[in-house]
Amino acid sequence: MTEPAPALEVAGLHFTYPDGRHALEGTDLVVFDGEKVAVLGPNGAGKTTLMLHLNGIHTPTRGTVAVGGLPVVKANLREIRRRVGIVFQDPDDQLFMPTVGQDVAFGPANLGLRGDELDARVADALSAVGMSRHRDRAPHHLSFGERRRVALATVLAMQPDVLVLDEPSANLDPASRRELVEILLTLEITLVMVTHDLPYALQLCPRSVVLDSGMAAADGETRTLLADAALLARHRLELPYGFDRRLLEVDGVDAARRV
Amino acid sequence: MNNAHGTGLYMDHTGRLHRLAAHSKLVGTLGFVAAVVATPREQWWSFVADGVIVAMVAVLAGLPLGLLARRLTIELPFIAFALLMPFVGNGPTVRLAGVNLSQAGLWSAWSIVAKGTLGVAATVVLASTTAVPQLITGFERLRVPRALTAIGAFMIRYLDVVTGELQRMRVARESRGDRARWLWQAKAVGAGAGALFVRSYERGERVFLAMESRGYTGTLPSVRRGDEPRHWAACLAPAALASACAIAAWRFR
Repeated sequence: MTEPAPALEVAGLHFTYPDGRHALEGTDLVVFDGEKVAVLGPNGAGKTTLMLHLNGIHTPTRGTVAVGGLPVVKANLREIRRRVGIVFQDPDDQLFMPTVGQDVAFGPANLGLRGDELDARVADALSAVGMSRHRDRAPHHLSFGERRRVALATVLAMQPDVLVLDEPSANLDPASRRELVEILLTLEITLVMVTHDLPYALQLCPRSVVLDSGMAAADGETRTLLADAALLARHRLELPYGFDRRLLEVDGVDAARRV
Repeated sequence: MNNAHGTGLYMDHTGRLHRLAAHSKLVGTLGFVAAVVATPREQWWSFVADGVIVAMVAVLAGLPLGLLARRLTIELPFIAFALLMPFVGNGPTVRLAGVNLSQAGLWSAWSIVAKGTLGVAATVVLASTTAVPQLITGFERLRVPRALTAIGAFMIRYLDVVTGELQRMRVARESRGDRARWLWQAKAVGAGAGALFVRSYERGERVFLAMESRGYTGTLPSVRRGDEPRHWAACLAPAALASACAIAAWRFR
């Protein structure tokens, strides 16, 4: 076996919250380098709990998580958090520094970067999300879509191997939604996206995993999964009203990507 | 940056003072105020000179003097207190317009008004030319403990978020017929405050998670850079002039 270790490997993950609620009950997930995977599931399926295991915020009750072959355990947390960047759902939770630039610098500074190197990281990350002009502004003076893009920049600045997004399309207006897709499609990075926004998953991720009751219920091509009405219904997932089902046909995907 | 919450007194334009390093400005302001306070109150000309210095700095900063005067009104309550002193002071009195006024009280009142006004004017100039985030960074560079500057930074950042939530809750409450004007409606306001507290607490937890995810281990990275001697010279000049006035005032006393 000389294959490189997968970017992410979750095996038999169990997690019980202190109040006794079982959030994950034997989740398995393998993501290879460069893959873009959507984790789909209704509210309360354990999506966010799974996400918080990927960088060691939560410690598994049972089971293992590894990032690029490195097990997620306390001794490796520093490196794990460099490798896995999580963009949280509410940018107000993520952006807490007085200015955009300082916030983007927070992560790489924690990694020990200083001076010009730090400046360059901040500049690159902000330009990747098209927010260079706003470096000295206060986060609360930005629009919601802009704040989400800055939140993405704060994570990109750490140059992670795996980018994890929690409901990236939540609360975005259609234009901000499209702008974010355009940015995400330019990134050459392993991407895991936690969402219940099925068209967004189709647009960004060739592969999807359906998570329900703390277990991976299905894993396959996003298009195929979304075309399976019975599967979606079983897991309380639904395509929105007005969704063009032609996008689920073989040549439809390319059209969808261009949207 | 507009002049909404969080930026407060800051006047957004690019004057000469705006570009100076915040920590130098902080030290300069503090030095100026200390010099003013140390000036003997009998030497009134010294205070006039200090006043001219503040006005010149304000003009150099491109601040309208009218604005400076309006912002000085913040000290009115203190002035009201100072004006009482001639009436309640002890010791020898002078008769002015048929009223006996205490001499010591008059001097004290003059001292409070003169020194207070100059001090407030200097801080108004500082606050109008330095954005709050820069002030925080300035304190950091002056080695104020990181815990204190971090509390300040968080407060400024989340003040807006929490006021926003409070507003939305108020609008939602009033949309359902509540006017929060009468005592019996206080219950709804109280419940709202409780909910806001819990929400803010939960947000605190989420912010911490997000910080941890970006490698936070308990100390905020500091953003210290090299000092600019030019900035120091410019920022300390008013303080030096005021100190010279104070020393002269003591000598010719």
